[in-house]
Amino acid sequence: MKNKKTKALTAQELYLKEQRIHKRTVSFSRFFIFIIFLIIWEAASDLGWIDSFFFSSPSRVMVCAYQMLADGSLLMHIGITLAETLLSFILVFVLGISFALILWSSDKLSEISEPYLVVLNSLPKSALAPLLIVWLGTGMKTIIVAGISVAIFGSVISLYTGFHEVDHNKLILIRTLGGTKKDCFTKVVLPSSIPTIISTIKVNIGLALVGVIIGEFLAARRGLGYLIIYGSQVFLQKPSVTQMRFHAAAPFYFNEGPDLLP
Amino acid sequence: MGDSVSKPPILELKNISYSYHSLQGETLALSDISFQVHEGEFIAIVGPSGCGKSTLLSILACLLEPELGTIQFQNPDGSIHYPHIGYMLQRDYLFEWRTVYKNVTLGLELNRKKTKENLAFVDTLLKEYDLYDFKDKKPSELSGGMRQRAALIRTLALKPQILLLDEPFSALDYQTRLQVSGDIGNIIHKSKKTAILVTHDLSEAISLADRVLILSGRPAHIKRDLPVRLTKASDSLIASRNAPEFASYFNILWEELSNEK
Repeated sequence: MKNKKTKALTAQELYLKEQRIHKRTVSFSRFFIFIIFLIIWEAASDLGWIDSFFFSSPSRVMVCAYQMLADGSLLMHIGITLAETLLSFILVFVLGISFALILWSSDKLSEISEPYLVVLNSLPKSALAPLLIVWLGTGMKTIIVAGISVAIFGSVISLYTGFHEVDHNKLILIRTLGGTKKDCFTKVVLPSSIPTIISTIKVNIGLALVGVIIGEFLAARRGLGYLIIYGSQVFLQKPSVTQMRFHAAAPFYFNEGPDLLP
Repeated sequence: MGDSVSKPPILELKNISYSYHSLQGETLALSDISFQVHEGEFIAIVGPSGCGKSTLLSILACLLEPELGTIQFQNPDGSIHYPHIGYMLQRDYLFEWRTVYKNVTLGLELNRKKTKENLAFVDTLLKEYDLYDFKDKKPSELSGGMRQRAALIRTLALKPQILLLDEPFSALDYQTRLQVSGDIGNIIHKSKKTAILVTHDLSEAISLADRVLILSGRPAHIKRDLPVRLTKASDSLIASRNAPEFASYFNILWEELSNEK
């Protein structure tokens, strides 16, 4: 009897050990691939396989990032972009839920607006950016509107679809208990759409960042998008400056930028 | 029904007709339905599937407007008013994001009636139906029978005068179903509620109801209004099923329904 128990425990311990090993292998391999990538990149540029002028190298990026960190400009640019992204994300969230609620509350309205939503959602938003400059000038307003424009239509569509898919019988239940349409929304539709809302939030943060970077490309004096465009434009006139700016901004954004956000 | 003839009916349907409309045309679902319900009666409505039983309940619950005919709700004292109707749907639809307690008080919350006495009433119901210890659990932690009892408490919390039950046991497995329909039947009989049960289970109809209305196939009209009198040893459902008259009632219902189609 006692023997059996110890045996069962060991089996459990064995299982836990296996799980720990599995977890460790996964995180080590992930890190290892990143290191290998850096080593190959560094070696390739040092040995002249690729032109370090165009492709940079990890060490140069580090140096440039360090310099920009030291003079505070990098943190300033990141902070600006983060703030703009956050602001447009919050606006997308509020506007998205409100529009989806309006569409949910009226079948007629949702049917009328459906083709418009599809068209607006598939519109290339980067094409809108030059127009936004003309309408709103160069500044934060344009950038935030650009960030909103990328994410808003998709999130209205997916939120409305989520609201619409709620089990009809649950809404009937609310009505049989004497509830109103407003009760249907707050007591049933909203709580049962929480998974949809969370997944929309995840997608929207990324999309808002894309939109903000597009806006900064065209209408900013600060921010990561500005840094990228500044780097690549100055590169045409003054290669020496580019060395630093281009290298700092582009790889930094692509490697680190998205990770900075949840 | 002899004892209730003197009293006016609590509910009276006169010549109710209803049809569904689609672009392909009109389908008549209910045709000229008339019947009366007296206070404290338990009525079962049976009929071939798809005949419009649930449509009839939706009309009684005021979820649908009849196209023709009138429904009158009446108080025992004779005055006409809108009674409170409790509607139990085919499934329990307990909300997973609320505790059992929050689920059973949902109706009170929606009607802004969370008074001290109403909440105390809910507590007595929970205790009576063995759910009090589970009131802070999530619905998924309850068994099928407990969920159905919770759904019944949610309906009863609003103190309805008439209970409508739309095949409330159809989602349960056979054994639970017998038990729960027995439980719920007893609860309703004991509290002397007026109830209308829609079912396709003939033995359920006979064992629970005082009166069975047999509907015809589509468009549904009332084919037969059959009072049920069982001599039974006790109040339990098994006693009803063992009553000597049970088999003959079953045969009558079976004949009536088999003649359809």
